[in-house]
Amino acid sequence: MSSQPSDSVGREPRHGRNIAVLWAIATVIMVPVMIWVIGPHIPPGDMSNDTKAQHVVNVVLATLAMPVLMLIWVFLAYAITHFRAKPGDTTDGPPLHSVARIQIIWIVTTSLLVLGLGAYGTIDLLTAAGDSGVGSGEGSNPLVKPADSKNALQVQVIGQQWLWTFRYPGYGGVETAHLVLPVNRDVEFHVTSLDVVHSFWAIELGVKADAVPGADNIAFVTADKTGSFQVRCDELCGLWHGHMNTTGNVVSDAKFNTWIAATVKKYAPVTAQLPKYSTVYYPQPVRNG
Amino acid sequence: MRARLLGVLATLAVLIGFVVVYFIFILEEAPSAISAVVKNGQAYLTLQTVGAYGNHPYPDWVSYLGKDPEGNWVHTTYFKVPAHSVVHVTVYEFDTATGLRNNFLAAVRGTVGGTESVNGGAAVKYVNASLPAHTFTAPDLNINVPLPGINANAKNQCSVAPCSNSFAHNTITFSFRTPGPGDYRFQCIVPCALGFLYGFGGPMQTIGYMDGEIVVT
Repeated sequence: MSSQPSDSVGREPRHGRNIAVLWAIATVIMVPVMIWVIGPHIPPGDMSNDTKAQHVVNVVLATLAMPVLMLIWVFLAYAITHFRAKPGDTTDGPPLHSVARIQIIWIVTTSLLVLGLGAYGTIDLLTAAGDSGVGSGEGSNPLVKPADSKNALQVQVIGQQWLWTFRYPGYGGVETAHLVLPVNRDVEFHVTSLDVVHSFWAIELGVKADAVPGADNIAFVTADKTGSFQVRCDELCGLWHGHMNTTGNVVSDAKFNTWIAATVKKYAPVTAQLPKYSTVYYPQPVRNG
Repeated sequence: MRARLLGVLATLAVLIGFVVVYFIFILEEAPSAISAVVKNGQAYLTLQTVGAYGNHPYPDWVSYLGKDPEGNWVHTTYFKVPAHSVVHVTVYEFDTATGLRNNFLAAVRGTVGGTESVNGGAAVKYVNASLPAHTFTAPDLNINVPLPGINANAKNQCSVAPCSNSFAHNTITFSFRTPGPGDYRFQCIVPCALGFLYGFGGPMQTIGYMDGEIVVT
């Protein structure tokens, strides 16, 4: 698109050049601000290998978006200040004509951006965070696994309306309402549901995996800092969906061993009533419905 | 021009009216809260769970009821209790057993001593997972108390709430400590809503029946 000079108003300023200069200045200022000032505060933090990888992706995406955002804002501000109709001016503006060169540049640039980001995201999912899938649920046959996944601590995440419980198959299949993980150890989550679809979101660990009844959804993480993290349901699941939260803890190996031993002992009578550990469960909907 | 403006304003007024009526309807439907009885610094809460409420608008829905300080049964699931106190709860359970979907919830959690008592018996830390008719579960307070149901063949079963103790029932008692002020949701975790998908629709998704709040003040 281009505007034609109007004889009645004299020669138009070179709006395109002006906008380009302003856009370049804004971009040169805002890109470093995004990388070094805003970037460090972008979620989800650095508690695990997954969150570190996700943080890098978020900063890269936000930085790449900055020139686009600046172009929109600069153009908007420029249009408001320069293309404003004068009071009483009811004449039509100059006609617009298509310019093939601009359309080609626009289509090629946006296509490259979208395809490039798609490729970047896919490669990152497959390779970042020590081949852990960056904390996403990978289904029952994960495409990527940590190198030492055979020694990962298995934790089953069970969703039901409206609470989370967790089973540790390596410790007699004990089930608990508390999610406790050892630091610096690969964890293999097996996420499932007993009723409707939920979504297990361990925010500060960077793990998110749908909990689907009858399905085993596997996600990996290695927490490398001790501390607490939030667990929320991220799939609308009914009345108390917004309250389907709990808090998990990453602790030292010694503390984890002490806790799991006490938990196994405490819940032994109830563990005896649990069904044998399985990646999925089919509780009796007929009897219970 | 004026006619068009009036039309827009009239339409806007009608839409706002719908929204106002909707919220009035919601407020009128919300059950009122009852307070626990407080004696000598201890709070006492008396509840009952019934297999069928027996009254308008959903006579066949399972439900909780609470007893107000005057001794009247009230159809509500908002229970006010004092902060930083021990609350002694008595639940008269009139419904038959359904059983748990997740047997882990047969364990008693979050109560004083981690126990409950059934029909005046010894304090227990868990029950048989096939016995609960309902639970008193407040995840934010880490409380879970399974409420064993009566025998399905029991004579003299109650079908219209409130139920008197002359009907077949179990009496479950437990105590818990309240934290600071706040609203803490509670629910039944047993899929006891007969006729709904997975037993978790209707009363299981409705405040005033099997869901509510412990209002700590």
